[in-house]
Amino acid sequence: MENVSKTKMVEAPEGIAGEGFFATRFDSVIGLARANSLWPLPFATSCCGIEFMATMASHYDLARFGSERVSFSPRQADMLLVMGTISKKMAPILRQVYEQMSEPRWVIAVGACASSGGIFDTYSVLQGIDKVIPVDVYVPGCPPRPEQIVDGVMHLQELVKNESSRRRNSDEYKELLASYNIE
Amino acid sequence: MALDTLEIQNKLQEAFGQKVNHFRTEYGVFVLEAEANSIVEILQFMKEDKTLNFHFLTDLCGVHYPENENSEQFCVVYHLHNWFTNTRIRVKTFISGTQPELPSITSLFESANWMERETYDFYGIIFTGHPNLVRILNMDEMVSFPLRKEFPMEDSGRTDKDDRFFGRTINNC
Repeated sequence: MENVSKTKMVEAPEGIAGEGFFATRFDSVIGLARANSLWPLPFATSCCGIEFMATMASHYDLARFGSERVSFSPRQADMLLVMGTISKKMAPILRQVYEQMSEPRWVIAVGACASSGGIFDTYSVLQGIDKVIPVDVYVPGCPPRPEQIVDGVMHLQELVKNESSRRRNSDEYKELLASYNIE
Repeated sequence: MALDTLEIQNKLQEAFGQKVNHFRTEYGVFVLEAEANSIVEILQFMKEDKTLNFHFLTDLCGVHYPENENSEQFCVVYHLHNWFTNTRIRVKTFISGTQPELPSITSLFESANWMERETYDFYGIIFTGHPNLVRILNMDEMVSFPLRKEFPMEDSGRTDKDDRFFGRTINNC
């Protein structure tokens, strides 16, 4: 018994298994693959970024969820993590980073400032990044603990797993991007 | 070899007469008020005079006094430092609210460039003769001068924040 690996594998999607074959939906396989290899792009401007560093480090180890490789180029990233206060002057830059990511792309707003402006209810601060880009998951907290960030990532994994592979071509999605004036 | 405040006062009054006034010491720093139109000459004298030797511009900033009468609505404060005798001094100059204009001192101190841009950015004070007077900290699209008291601190575009949850009522904000 000592030789049994403690490695926890992800569960196979619903399907029909037989001797030497396994049949399931194409969407579920793609969803499974995507959800367990989300490459994060950290956009950290303040204290939430420090919490994210703890999340990435050995103790909390976001790599367990397939987010081993932190991408510092938007072009190779799937998951944009916006952490910290975004000033209005920074908003066009954040938007440009989002536009440079290739589809499919997801966004997590980490912390109160990224979600709503937080305590900075003032003329110079963007009142939530959803004013300039669409957001999939909001993580509350000021700053959130690494557990909360991991929880946010796991919620996103659920979204990714269940996303239809046609969603990005749907009229609804195009309408959403159009409402943000993103091509 | 300390620089005596009385000596500074005498030197300046001798050179500029009534253009420099209200000499006093506040919070341990010698303060004087200078006339806006002659500010460049006064600061140049303070910088180049062999005894005064205030050769370092520590800070330059604006203040808005909404209670003052219109001719003294805005104030620009210059903090100067003499490194040799370690003497600091503050020069205040008042300008009008309807036409907040002041000559730039970028010809005297290169470091005044960004500080004057900052003061313009927050108070809308025009520094005539400045080589590039554009916003420096706030976004370019901004139309207000946010540290003027008539502009509210809050973002006027906010939609999802209820004042009651932030401890604000009509009476306490």
